[in-house]
Amino acid sequence: MSNHIMPTLQKKRIIEHITSGKRFDGRKMDEFRDIVVEKAISKNAESAISLKLGKTHVYAGVKMAVTTPYPDSQDEGTFMTTAELHPMASSRFDIGRPGIEAIELARVIDRGIRESGFIDFKKLCIKEGEKVYQVFLDIIAINDDGNLFDAAGIAALIALGQARLPVYNEETEKIEHEFSKNPLPLNKEALSFNTTFHKIGNQIVIDPSVEEQAVSDFRLGIAIGEGNKKCRITAMQKGKEGAIDTEDMEKILNLTEEVYSKKYAEIKKLVFD
Amino acid sequence: MEKEKRQLVIPGETIVSGNSFLPGESTYRDGEDVVAAKFGISEVTDKQVRVIPVSGAYFPRRGNTVIGTVIDVTFNGWLIDFGGSANAFLSLNEVHRYVNRNELNDFLDIGDSAVVKVWDVKAKGIDVSMKMRGFGKIEGGMLFKVNPNKVPRVIGREGSMVKLIRGATGVNMTVGQNGVVWIKADNIEKELSAKKIVEFVVANATMSGLTEKTESYIKELGLEIGEKAEIIEEDTDKDEAKEDKK
Amino acid sequence: MAAKKVDSLYKKRSDGRKMDEIRPIAAKVGVVPSADGSAMFETGGTRAIAVVRGPRVLHPQNKRNPQKGILRVSYGMMPFSVWDRIRPGPSRRSEEISKVSEWALDAVVDLDAFPNTVVDVFIQIPQADAGTRVAGLNAAAMALAHAGIPMKEMVSAMAVGKADKTIIVDVDKDEEDFHDGEGATDIPMAITSRTKKITLLQLDGKISTEELKTAIEMGKKACGDVLEVQMKALKEANTEDKE
Repeated sequence: MSNHIMPTLQKKRIIEHITSGKRFDGRKMDEFRDIVVEKAISKNAESAISLKLGKTHVYAGVKMAVTTPYPDSQDEGTFMTTAELHPMASSRFDIGRPGIEAIELARVIDRGIRESGFIDFKKLCIKEGEKVYQVFLDIIAINDDGNLFDAAGIAALIALGQARLPVYNEETEKIEHEFSKNPLPLNKEALSFNTTFHKIGNQIVIDPSVEEQAVSDFRLGIAIGEGNKKCRITAMQKGKEGAIDTEDMEKILNLTEEVYSKKYAEIKKLVFD
Repeated sequence: MEKEKRQLVIPGETIVSGNSFLPGESTYRDGEDVVAAKFGISEVTDKQVRVIPVSGAYFPRRGNTVIGTVIDVTFNGWLIDFGGSANAFLSLNEVHRYVNRNELNDFLDIGDSAVVKVWDVKAKGIDVSMKMRGFGKIEGGMLFKVNPNKVPRVIGREGSMVKLIRGATGVNMTVGQNGVVWIKADNIEKELSAKKIVEFVVANATMSGLTEKTESYIKELGLEIGEKAEIIEEDTDKDEAKEDKK
Repeated sequence: MAAKKVDSLYKKRSDGRKMDEIRPIAAKVGVVPSADGSAMFETGGTRAIAVVRGPRVLHPQNKRNPQKGILRVSYGMMPFSVWDRIRPGPSRRSEEISKVSEWALDAVVDLDAFPNTVVDVFIQIPQADAGTRVAGLNAAAMALAHAGIPMKEMVSAMAVGKADKTIIVDVDKDEEDFHDGEGATDIPMAITSRTKKITLLQLDGKISTEELKTAIEMGKKACGDVLEVQMKALKEANTEDKE
C-alpha cells in the first residue's frame, strides 16, 4: 500500500470490536503472541539471535571492540544501540536514513538497558582511562506484524544475555579473532523488559497488530523488572497524542503487575539459558 | 500428452515440447518448447498452455472485482488504493448516480472503502467503475487481506464457498480479487466466525475436498450449515444500534 | 568438469571439500510473510535473505519509467554478520553490489507490463563467510519467482576462484584470504537457468585466460547444482504465507 491510509470503516470496526472485548485475531486484550527464539544465527558475532513474536520478526546482535573510555567515565565500557526498521519488514518503511520510529525505538531500548544497570560497565574496563570494551547492540526488523517495539526490546535482552566476550590479548592490547567462554558481564537481577500498553476504544491492549496499533489513542511503554521479588518499573515512554486519565493509569499499572507475574520468568529464561 | 497436465513450474522450465502447443498466459515459445515465464501451476488444455501463479502480488485484470480505499479526491473523480501496482482512478462518470462536481467527497471521501470493477488496465493507470449492480461504497463491517492467488477458492465454484460461509454465519460478504475480503454482520461474533472460516479455506486451498473439509470446520466452530440463514443487505446500522442497546 | 592436476601450494581445502565441491546448501521461500515474495539461501556459513515488494507505485514521480517497471535492488550486510562490525545503512561497497546484482537480475525479469512501477528487492546478509553477493542473488531470484514476477528464466550464482594455481568452486573466507603463491582469485558469477548466459561476472586476482575458461565451466556446473536447490525450495513452497 503506497499511501497507507487506513479505511475509515476498519478503524471504526476495530474500535467497536475491542470496546466489546474482542480482537480480530481472537486474542484476549492482555494476551501476548508466542515468542520463538533462535540463537547463534551469526558465527561472527559475540551473539546474534532471531526472535519471532507471532509473525513479527526481528534480529538482534552484539558486536564488541576496544576503545578509549569517555572522559566522564574513565573506568567504564561504552554502549551503543541502533535499530533499523528495514523496508524489507514492511511497506511502511522507507529506504535511507532511519525515520523517527527507528530512532525512538533505539533510544528507548538503549536507555532501558543503560539505566537499569543491566550491563556491568565497570567490568568492561580493561585499563582505566585508556582501554575499555565497546558494546554495539544492533537490531533489525525482518517482518512487521505489529508491536515491533516489544519484540525488539526482548530480542535485545536475549542478544546481550547470550553474548560472550572476544579474547583480549594483553601484549598486543588488541582483540584476537576469536571468542572467549566468558559471558558479557550482566547484572541478572537488573533485567527488565519493555511492554507497550495501547489505549484502543475503552480498553488497554497488549501486543497489538499493525492495524490495532494504528488506531490507538496513546501508547505507554513500561520496562518491567523485579526488585525485592516484586514488580519494579525501570523506564517508561508515552507515545502518540492521546492523553492518559487516572483510570487508564490505574488499569495499566494493574496490568503491569499481571504481565510481570506472567512473563518475567519466561523472559528471564530466554535471556540467560 | 493430450490430457490436461498440471504441475508446479519455475521460470525458464519447459512445460511441453511440440509445435502444436500454443503458448498462453505467462508462457513463451523457445524453439520446440513452451516455457514458463512465471512460477506457478502449468496447465495444458486443448494444446493451450498457461501458468497460473500460486503466490505473489495481485496483478489487476480487466473485469476483476476489487475492494479499495479512497486515497485522494480529484476534480473529476477519486484515486483508489487497492494494494496493486498502481492506484485506480474512479471517474465521476463511472458511479451509479449523479454526483455534483463540487461535492465529490460527500459521495466518497478519503478513507472510504468501495467495491469497484476494473474496466481498463493501461500503461498510465487503472480505471475502475461502480456503475453496475453490486458495486459501490461499502459501509460498516470489517476488512481483511488474504493471499490474492487463493481468492478463487474463497469464492468457490460459482460462488459456492461464499454461499456456504454466508449461510453458516449470516454475514454479508464480498471477496475482492485483490485479496481484500469485506464481511459485515449484525454482531461481532458472526464476523469473526466468517473470518476464521475464510482463513481456514485459504490455509487449506490446495487440499482436495475443500468444501467437505470446510463444512466440518464450520461444525467444529459450533455453527450450522444452512443456506436459509438471514443475510443482511441494508440497514445494518439499525441492527447495530439494537445490538448496542442490549 | 573436475580440476586439472596442477602443482599448487593449495592442495587441500580447510573444510575437506573437493576442489569442485560446493558447501552444503539450504534454501526456503516465504520467510517474510508480509512481503510479496521472499526467500532464504545458505551456502556453508553464508546466509542471505531476499524480500520482494512490488510492483508498486514508484515515488518520486520523476524516477518512473513510462515504458516499463523498474527493478531496484538493495543489498546490505547486517552489522553482526562479519567479524568487524558493519555500520547500518548503505556503504560504497553495498551500493556497488546492489547495482551489479540489479543488472544480473534485470537480465531475466520482464517488467514491460508494469510501467511507472518499481519492484523492490531487498537482500540482507545475517551471517557471512564469503560469497555473500552470490548467495544474495540466489535468494533474490527465488524471491522474485515467489512474488509472481514475470521472468524469462531463473538466475543461479556461485563464486569460483583460484588459490595459488588450483581452481576452486564456492570460495570461502579462508580461501579468499589465501596469500601463498599466486594468492587468491575470486570470481563471482551468475548464470541463467535456460540459456546458460552470464549475468554477473566480477574478478579480483590474477588468472590466465585458459584457467578462466576452466573456472567459468566449473562455475556453470555449480550453478546447475544451485538451480536444483532453488527449484526444489520453490516447488515445496508453502504458498499460503502471503497476506
